[in-house]
Amino acid sequence: MRREDSEEKKSRKGKEKNPENKINKQREKQTEGRQQAKRRREEAISETKLAMIRRKQNREMLGIVYLFALIFFAMIVYFCHFILFQAEDKMASPYNARIDYLAQKTVRGEIQTADGMVIAKTVTKEDGTESREYPGGAAFAHPVGYSVKGKTGIESLGNYYLTNSGINPLQKFMNEIENRKNPGDTLVTSLDADLQKLAYSLLDGRKGSIVCMEPSSGRILAMASAPSFDPNQLQENWDSLISEENTDGNLVNRATQGLYPPGSTFKLLMALEYIREHPTDWQDFSFKCKGEYVDPSNPANVVHCYNGEVHGTVNLESAIAQSCNSAFAFIGSEIDVNRLQSLAEDFYYNKDLSIGLPSKAGQFSLTADSPTWLKMQSGIGQGETLCSPLQNLCMVSAIANHGTLIYPTILSEVKSKEGTAVHHFPKGEEITLMSSSESDALKQFMRSVVTEGTASALKTKAYQVCGKTGSAQVKEGGKLKTNAWFVGFAPMDNPKLAVSVLVEDGDTGGKTAAPLARELFDLYLK
Amino acid sequence: MGNLFSSFAKIISILLMLLYSYGLFRNLSIDYREGKKKLSGLLYKILLLLHFISYAVLYFQTGNLFYIYFYLPQLLYFLLYPLIWKKLYPFYNEVLLNNQCLFLALGWILLARLQEAKAIKQFAVAMAASLLVLVIPYIVDKIWDFQKFRYIFAGIGIVSLLLVLVLGTVNFGAKMSVSLFGFRFQASEFVKLSFVFSIAGILSEEHGKEGVIHSACVAALHGIILVLCKDLGSALLLFISYVFMLYVARNQLLYLLAGGLVSALAGIVSYGLFSHVRTRVYAFIDPWRDMAGKGYQITQSLFAIGTGGFLGLGLFQGLPNKIPIVENDFIFSALSEEMGGVVAICLILICLSCFMQMMMMGRDMESSFYKLVALGLSVIYVIQVILTIGGAIKFVPSTGVTLPFMSYGGSSLISSFIVFALFQSLFIIQGQEDEVEMEEDAESAEEQEMESEEEDA
Repeated sequence: MRREDSEEKKSRKGKEKNPENKINKQREKQTEGRQQAKRRREEAISETKLAMIRRKQNREMLGIVYLFALIFFAMIVYFCHFILFQAEDKMASPYNARIDYLAQKTVRGEIQTADGMVIAKTVTKEDGTESREYPGGAAFAHPVGYSVKGKTGIESLGNYYLTNSGINPLQKFMNEIENRKNPGDTLVTSLDADLQKLAYSLLDGRKGSIVCMEPSSGRILAMASAPSFDPNQLQENWDSLISEENTDGNLVNRATQGLYPPGSTFKLLMALEYIREHPTDWQDFSFKCKGEYVDPSNPANVVHCYNGEVHGTVNLESAIAQSCNSAFAFIGSEIDVNRLQSLAEDFYYNKDLSIGLPSKAGQFSLTADSPTWLKMQSGIGQGETLCSPLQNLCMVSAIANHGTLIYPTILSEVKSKEGTAVHHFPKGEEITLMSSSESDALKQFMRSVVTEGTASALKTKAYQVCGKTGSAQVKEGGKLKTNAWFVGFAPMDNPKLAVSVLVEDGDTGGKTAAPLARELFDLYLK
Repeated sequence: MGNLFSSFAKIISILLMLLYSYGLFRNLSIDYREGKKKLSGLLYKILLLLHFISYAVLYFQTGNLFYIYFYLPQLLYFLLYPLIWKKLYPFYNEVLLNNQCLFLALGWILLARLQEAKAIKQFAVAMAASLLVLVIPYIVDKIWDFQKFRYIFAGIGIVSLLLVLVLGTVNFGAKMSVSLFGFRFQASEFVKLSFVFSIAGILSEEHGKEGVIHSACVAALHGIILVLCKDLGSALLLFISYVFMLYVARNQLLYLLAGGLVSALAGIVSYGLFSHVRTRVYAFIDPWRDMAGKGYQITQSLFAIGTGGFLGLGLFQGLPNKIPIVENDFIFSALSEEMGGVVAICLILICLSCFMQMMMMGRDMESSFYKLVALGLSVIYVIQVILTIGGAIKFVPSTGVTLPFMSYGGSSLISSFIVFALFQSLFIIQGQEDEVEMEEDAESAEEQEMESEEEDA
């Protein structure tokens, strides 16, 4: 309706109230009535047009309201989804300052092995002070880490869960009233207590690392690094541990942070690349080993087999079994380096292989333009190539598991102090690194290493081991040292345990590292 | 015991907010005048209770008397302000004013918790704005025919934006404000209003193609200057509201689709041209990869929200100050962290209900001009809410727009007050007209009765 202005209103009201005009009014009204009717009919036509437009506009506006209501609901759903599902993993980041802040309200939870051994716990003394104890001692120190001088290891990785309390809300309420702290949740790792203890004791007095995992699930069963430190005396020993004079690197987790030339263990990848480049006739590979390989283009480049041993005519399988350097130096000089590099990077060279613990990425810097000498050296796992013990473990784990690596995980689940399940860590991602026929071939090679080759220490009727030894040479302080490697798994059918053993400054892989692996298999598979 | 009270207060606050939201939506369809009175009475009591409890918690958590001193004037304001409106404009929309007061209350609670100095400043500006906007319904009623000024509005908008472009100071990569007489003045907040009036005027007065072309020119000019200022958030707001106004004014779905296409293109182009747009998009796609750098702000916001969960940590129990610019764009995250995700969701629903009320008022306006004004202002409001809340929860890339009434910022606050006051004006005038119609109907019914009596006589 068109708005009347105030004057019209006044005059209209004034006229209607005067009684003397009633009769005249009646006559006026009749003519007015007829005129009004005509006007109304005309107005009605244009009004319906206007009304139609208005109705259309109103419908469009309603449509716009629905549209935005939809967007709002989508936003609310996204918000809820974030809090319910995504928040937990993301909240555990060290960038979230709230965790430590909230941690003051809970008693830090326990860390346990998969079989229930407590390897970290907070003890509250009578006077109320809390202290963190590590019943596992130095054997478990590296994977567990510590939480006093900064946070490392699982203490850091699982910080969010250890400072959260998943107990019954009613109990929480009671605690709040009585001003008691809530107990933090228990973090269960995938570590196997006996295996871990054994692994650490095997390294006693030496420097090195032993890592074990279950190829079918990616669960890390043991992670030992030596020399280690006593986490119960961390505060007291801190200064001497980090002092410049201490060159032992006690605080370094060699399993994930140590980088070593892979040595002969790299020959497995060389063989794989050779198979890929000769898919139909790799079985026909034949090499006459004379105890050394001389580069035809530059006789100064020579690679010797270990101790100058002459292996005679070898195929791919026996070259691996005997760890023939000459054969692989030859392969190294002839192989397509670009493809080799991309293969190496599939196996985490130059890539992050982090499981949430401090780690260093392996290194593979060979290019197609590298000099032949470097290619020959890289073929036997020397040169500039470096890898970590965990990385090497992943390589054999993939071979053990039909070519698929299950990404390693060290956390298994979270339970509240009362025992109720709080969180289950999913299995690691499945990453296909080679076909199952390729892995079958490599498995066969690795079996020969034990039955006919350098890892005879692992020959036993109890189970069938597949493996590869390595003796990587490093120059340290002017002296040539040998790092002894053994990587392998058992049993051959349906592997249950994959191991990666590295001993610094040892003898050959077969003499130093393989016997340690034997003890690990004996314990786990019996 | 302090913590116990805090937990208790937290649960009560959540229940109050749920009740408030439920009340709003349940009564959305109730016929205006009747139901609204009862409803607003209830909402009002909920608001006062929530306000009181929150300040009680703030005081008990810190022992700082400031919170008592700050609470009292706020209480006075909430008690008196609706009465002033009632006295001046009996037909005002109580529910809309309640929502506005709720936003203000939550804003003051959070700002008082975050930074006392800013809270005081915000309160002072709100007082000034509250008084200022009381004249708006009167002005709207008196002038009524704003279409005449449509090009003047356009001119004001363009000149203001040019001033910002030439004299403005750069903040966070964009030129958005001008310093005048010691105050920082964010022109785009006010240009939003002049823009809507201008476009609505053009589209309603000038029919057919002529209107479309003129309005497109005005919109383009505004847009280009904003882009030159690198204030892409405002440019987006103005553009989207223009597209919707065009769609409704000319009843052509084509405009809507074309608008969508153009904004998508503009998005891609701006991504290529502007580095800070790229930063925001990276931060949106995977902020977790660069938590120390590009993703810092949004991950801190998500940490706050995620750690707070649905029930919140409680006032003064979280660390909202870890989020950069928390008092402005990310005040929603602070709300969610300490008062809880449920309260945050209720806030979203209350904003939605405000938008629906605004659109309903637009529907009830018969004048095409005012319909478009209502539409334009509603769309700007709702998109601003979506961009600011969505940006805080990583639903959309963050764009640096503010949450009306709650974010710290004088210009944003004043312009929000003006927008809500404009809607009050529309509601009041409609109410007065309805009353006149009812009176006229009653009078002509009387007259007919008298006439028939006379005829009988």
